[in-house]
Amino acid sequence: MTPEHVEGSAPPPAAPPSQLVRSPLSDGEWHRLHPLTPLLRGGLFLLVVIGIVVSNLRDRLVYLFLPWLAPGVGDEVVEWEEMGGDPVDFVIANNLYVLAALAVLAVLIILVAVFYTSWRFHTFRITEDDVEVRSGILFRTHRRAPLDRVQGVNLTRPMIARLLGMAKLEVVGAGMSANVKLEYLSTANAEAVRADILRLASGRRLAEAAAPGAAPRPASRTAALGLTVSRELTGIIEGPEAPVAEPESVVHIPLGRLVASHVLSMSTLGLIFAFVAIVIGVSQGVTWMLLGFVPAIIGFGAYWVRSIFKSLRYSIAPTPDGVRITYGLTTTITEILPPGRVHAVEVTQPIMWRPAGWWAIRINRLTGRSASDGSNDDFTTVLPVGTVADVERVLRLVQPAMTDAERALVVHQGMFGPTADDAFTNTPQRAWWIRPLSYRRNGFLLTGDELLMRRGVVWRKIVILPLARLQSFGLYQGPLDRLTRVTNGRAHVVQGPVTPFLAAIDRDIALRLFDDVARASVRAAQSDRTHRWAQDEVDAGVPAPASVGAAAEPVSGVPVPSVSAPVPPMAPPAAEPPIAPAAPPAPPAVSPPPPTEPTGHRA
Amino acid sequence: MTNSPEMIPDSNPASRATEGPDSFDRLVEPKSENRLVLEGGVWHQISPKYVTVQLISHGSILAIVVAATLVLALVLHVQWAWIVGGALAVIQIWTLAILPRQARAIGYRLREDDLVFRRGILWQRFVAVPYGRMQLIDITHGPLDRGFGIAQLKFVTAAAATGVVIPGLAQSTAETLRDHLIEVAESRRTGL
Repeated sequence: MTPEHVEGSAPPPAAPPSQLVRSPLSDGEWHRLHPLTPLLRGGLFLLVVIGIVVSNLRDRLVYLFLPWLAPGVGDEVVEWEEMGGDPVDFVIANNLYVLAALAVLAVLIILVAVFYTSWRFHTFRITEDDVEVRSGILFRTHRRAPLDRVQGVNLTRPMIARLLGMAKLEVVGAGMSANVKLEYLSTANAEAVRADILRLASGRRLAEAAAPGAAPRPASRTAALGLTVSRELTGIIEGPEAPVAEPESVVHIPLGRLVASHVLSMSTLGLIFAFVAIVIGVSQGVTWMLLGFVPAIIGFGAYWVRSIFKSLRYSIAPTPDGVRITYGLTTTITEILPPGRVHAVEVTQPIMWRPAGWWAIRINRLTGRSASDGSNDDFTTVLPVGTVADVERVLRLVQPAMTDAERALVVHQGMFGPTADDAFTNTPQRAWWIRPLSYRRNGFLLTGDELLMRRGVVWRKIVILPLARLQSFGLYQGPLDRLTRVTNGRAHVVQGPVTPFLAAIDRDIALRLFDDVARASVRAAQSDRTHRWAQDEVDAGVPAPASVGAAAEPVSGVPVPSVSAPVPPMAPPAAEPPIAPAAPPAPPAVSPPPPTEPTGHRA
Repeated sequence: MTNSPEMIPDSNPASRATEGPDSFDRLVEPKSENRLVLEGGVWHQISPKYVTVQLISHGSILAIVVAATLVLALVLHVQWAWIVGGALAVIQIWTLAILPRQARAIGYRLREDDLVFRRGILWQRFVAVPYGRMQLIDITHGPLDRGFGIAQLKFVTAAAATGVVIPGLAQSTAETLRDHLIEVAESRRTGL
């Protein structure tokens, strides 16, 4: 990463407090992305184009330079020339070698210049309140994401970038295509910057900066040393930060279960159906069925393999700044989801998983992507397949506000209900024909902070809606509902795979629910503090509870970057005192933005 | 059933504007006992001009459909035009027929902490949106709306399904209501 500041940029209004940032890139100044970025973003395309050109001209090149290897080409060339020829013939015929070479050279120079300039112009900065990115040469864009609206930060490492030790950082904003992307940074830098963004967003800074004895911005190396020591102490008290200790996943999905869960799915039924159809069709002499179904089967197979591959490295773990979810085998995506960014949770069980006792959990959240982006999936399934115990553990992470009693209730009555002592308000007996199979199970429960909706017998579902995230609540009644004196309820939350809808609630109860939900959601929203999730905790002088999981883990001491390509040490060796043994690994402590950094860490 | 305190009429800037002759004064509801009812408080209704505007726009669509069908079938002898044109015309006539009643079923209520919106007779729909959930307020008026001095107000939240769209408000009402909503939303601002 280039440490040099962009010339001419005025000092930012508010640099983040230095005791909260670890990376020299998050000091409130404009920085550039990794110098290899143009290569990854556009250079590969250029290489492909060159490759196509070369492969098309292969015969010609061989003929030109190694004529004895291609005796037959000469005749063809004569043919081409007779047919009017191609640009190469034109060049040869008119003896324009120099001009042609110059033209190619000019194009190359222009391309390189464009890539270089666009890289020069593509800068980002992280200030106390925002993440900003400026890019574009002719059409300048300046995008700013306020930190208290950050919905998550994900770090994507596509295969090729990974080989080069680089990663793409995406700050998920609230809105369609509202994400701020920093592509690419070296993996270590990306991890450090992500930790900084989350720490700044958490609001922890406000209290700490105000705390007496907070270290001022270092003016000298001695001060920097003192700062580092104090930071390490803070680190010990607060628990290690995310990149230091790799928190262990609370759920492990055995490969067998993963494969079996895919085999036991609706797409398998479709596959079997297609296969039977083909066999019957072919035996009856209808061969066109082969053409119709084979691509479909191949599609299914590809889908299976892809989703199994994706879930292979699935892990979910608590960090001080939210839940960390990792996916992907070749392209690894690590996402940190701060608390309070989950708008709806659905625990679901298809009927075919019932004998095995498996469940899946999906959530609604703001992914900051446009609806057309198909990769939304990756960020909404927080448990691809798991046992009841796994469900409980994941629920604890994605809904930390829930009490143990509520969680037990969700599991026992919500997932397996109705039970004898059912707390849910269910569909009245008279409305059995609206939900003939599931009317006994179809019901809701309003707890202090959540609305639970339970439905489905074939596909068991329990939806958990945090009232602090509920946007609005609606009642819908059609003529048949009116006849039966029931009504449908629907909670409106941000878009996602979960649709919180409940049919056939008794009309009087539903009207009461309408008022109760309205009141409770206003109250919940007012007491909600998750946009600066750690602020109160620090105010109260309590270490962040989210660090419970992380603190319980022994500090592994495994430097995160070692997962991928080796990343050379980042910090200027002279500026830093040896880091405390508790945290040997990577992200370097902040030092005053060094004027020159060793170029070694550009890799 | 409702314990939530209603908006005091005086503190509601929109109330006076909507209660004038410029809006419907009687809500059309299903006759059944089992219909959805919110007790207490006043439903503000929309302007009758909305019906006029809708009648004009749907009426002109109907006229175009009929004309196109006649030209196609009688002049150009396209026989299937009767089917398509007939179906479209029936749909339009039906829309026209239920429009006046539909418009009378649209209502909104400003409670202390939320806005309640209702619409529909056969298919009733009630939505409660806390003011703090407001992302933005959209006021739109087409050329025809402008001619009659009405506007449509849309209350946008982070959830697309909320769908609170109040059509046919007198323009002054729409603007007062917008300013009022923004003001109360500001004092009850919450996260997403």
